Amino acid sequence: MSDGHDDHGHGKQSFISKYVFSFDHKMIGKQYLSLVMFMAVIGGALAMLVRLQLGYPGMHSEFWAKLFPTGMASGVMTPEFYVMLFTMHGTIMVFFVLSLGPVSGFGNYLIPLQIGARDMAFPFLNMMSFWTALPGAIIILISFLVEGGAAASGWTAYPPLSAIRSAIPGSALGQTLWLVGMIFFVASFTMGGLNFVVTIINMRAKGLTMMRLPLTTWAQFIVGILGLLSFPALAAGAILLTFDRSMGTSFFLPHGMFIGDTLLPNSGGSPLLWQHLFWFLGHPEVYIIMLPALGFTSDILSTFTRRPIFGYRSMVYAMCAIGFLSFIVWGHHMFISGMSPFLGTMFTMTTLCIAVPSAVKTFNWLATLWKAKIRFTTPMLFALGIVSLFVTGGLTGIFLGTNAVDIQLHDTYFVVAHFHFIMAGAGLFGMFAAIYYWYPKMFGRHMNESLAKIHFWFTFTTYYGVFFPMHYLGIAGMMRRIYDPNTYDYLKPLQPVNTFITICAFILGASQIIILVNYFWSMFMGKKVESENPWEANTLEWSLPIEPGHGNWPGEIPEVHRWPYDYQHPDAEGDFIPQWVPPKKAVTK
Amino acid sequence: MSETGAAQLADSPWGGGEKLPFDIGWQKLMMWIFVITDALLFAGLLVGYGFVRAASPAWPDQNIPFDMNFITFMTFTLIASSFAMACAVAAAHQGNKKHASMFLWLTIVGGFIFLGSQVYEWSHFIHEGARLTSNPWGVANFSASFFVITGFHGMHVTTGVIILLCVAIRLKMGKATAMGIENAGLYWHFVDLVWVFVFALFYLV
Repeated sequence: MSDGHDDHGHGKQSFISKYVFSFDHKMIGKQYLSLVMFMAVIGGALAMLVRLQLGYPGMHSEFWAKLFPTGMASGVMTPEFYVMLFTMHGTIMVFFVLSLGPVSGFGNYLIPLQIGARDMAFPFLNMMSFWTALPGAIIILISFLVEGGAAASGWTAYPPLSAIRSAIPGSALGQTLWLVGMIFFVASFTMGGLNFVVTIINMRAKGLTMMRLPLTTWAQFIVGILGLLSFPALAAGAILLTFDRSMGTSFFLPHGMFIGDTLLPNSGGSPLLWQHLFWFLGHPEVYIIMLPALGFTSDILSTFTRRPIFGYRSMVYAMCAIGFLSFIVWGHHMFISGMSPFLGTMFTMTTLCIAVPSAVKTFNWLATLWKAKIRFTTPMLFALGIVSLFVTGGLTGIFLGTNAVDIQLHDTYFVVAHFHFIMAGAGLFGMFAAIYYWYPKMFGRHMNESLAKIHFWFTFTTYYGVFFPMHYLGIAGMMRRIYDPNTYDYLKPLQPVNTFITICAFILGASQIIILVNYFWSMFMGKKVESENPWEANTLEWSLPIEPGHGNWPGEIPEVHRWPYDYQHPDAEGDFIPQWVPPKKAVTK
Repeated sequence: MSETGAAQLADSPWGGGEKLPFDIGWQKLMMWIFVITDALLFAGLLVGYGFVRAASPAWPDQNIPFDMNFITFMTFTLIASSFAMACAVAAAHQGNKKHASMFLWLTIVGGFIFLGSQVYEWSHFIHEGARLTSNPWGVANFSASFFVITGFHGMHVTTGVIILLCVAIRLKMGKATAMGIENAGLYWHFVDLVWVFVFALFYLV
């Protein structure tokens, strides 16, 4: 198993096979990250436009009229365009940034390195996975340019808006392209997940038992399983939706629907079916985004507190429990969609159960941090940021998971605040933490630490500035996806809050330029890495040479002798013993 | 936890290195996991069908449009082909190329008979007036579910037959391994097993 691939030298590969159709998991991981950064810029820009409308409703600008001749034809954003903006913001961010980044990007890069494998189990499938995700992303982006514009039924694509082509402009070709892009994405993610799970099961280095895996790899393992079990539901839904849209079937369309004055011929279906299929994927998807970030956090906290992670086994069990529970809570997205109160109570109970493993993780992190001598590097700051966001977002999850409270808060900005903290926030900060932490290994250079710290403080403070006030907006009754809150008298006094959020959002958006500049500048101009283990970490990827070739380790794959958290170990010469160092008594000189 | 169990590790199949936890290579493991994923895709479609059927006040009697004897014959053919496939895998593992090839071709013939029957059944059904959006028996989603689910399954059978043809040709050229034949067999058994569910849930219930 271990010697399946040769260590190819750099010079032997052509440009195409090294940088484009590469089989090397490290290059594929970097390709994914580049795609993700591009998509994140687009998705972020869409969010800025959404905030522009909410902060300054009806603002008139000739400049926008030139830039978006249809969406802002008279210089004012149209409601149709606004709906497309948040739909595509959600779709791009959830699937093409937060799933492809921490999972496909860092999963590809890190899994073989952390388990001591020369590559993924099936490198060709791995390459195919990237080259399926890329067309998916392109199709999603192109949908802005077609007649009628992009999909406009929200990232959840609820029928009937998504199922009837003539419902609104975005329901036409834009929604079709959305579905096609989604099918590409699911195919890509399935190929990736197959590789992740099989690689981790079969290709661990000698001595690396499951209970010696770094928590990052554990998270990727669970995420791989979640993806393989949940995405088929979305695929089935997408197939049925395609039939409803293109061939006139009525899986999601009930009898008696009118478009204008015309009675639609459909009968017998139910939009609820889509909601069930979608959320059966949708809730595990939340953990697909979050778990890698939680894994990164555990590894980074341990490295920079110089301490073993507190409660390693309970961390593993907590992630398994979260993964399992994520499959039986989907109904909490549908409390007001029409659900038997008994079933609602059941979904409330399972949802609140997730608070238990989540709290286990949080308290383990706090115990790891307790009285530690913390090294405040940028990855550490972002990891601490994740702990903070996880607590803030987790607590509001308890409100929303309780069906009695959710009936009041459903589809308000309280929900927007909640999921931007727990899912989007943890996922995004996780990606930042991972970039700052593994950058020296990926590119052999350091990122600029001062710029990185400025990036963190701007991001962290404005993130709270944007999303914390949204809780109040939601409790005050401002509904999610509303085009102009000033339509309602009772929401008019909230306008200053919305303006404040928008200003914070613009600063948040602008400060992301810092990491983009830092990332690309450091690639060529950053300080060169002098040691293969600059953070003095224990996991296997830090035993690689500074510029690893295809095949990762030039010689033998190191044997693993211990778990990855031997900091402050009595046998240690410094304050840490990496996984590849044999036990002292076995050393013979 | 850190340094314990070096001796235990030597025995544990999960100890890493050359050991394979389930005693199977990555190809077979990947096929198993893919089969689970694909099965869940069918589960999604069948759940969708069950949902619209449960929501419908009436549902046509399947005996009116379909000839149950013919459907039973189709089911029997497919299960028999699965049996032939199992024989082909066993022969391949024993290194008996001649028998493996023979059973592989028998499986392919079974697949073709099934596909031919499906073509006959579809044309018969369409001839009687069934369309994706309507049918003479009242509930529109009855024919829609039929076309989507059996069509999707038929696509899987077609893929399976193509895979088996590739394997059979590779076997003739001397390139096929027992592992490759077994993996193709796994997929074929899965396609057959799904049909049993389709048969039970769509035609019988």
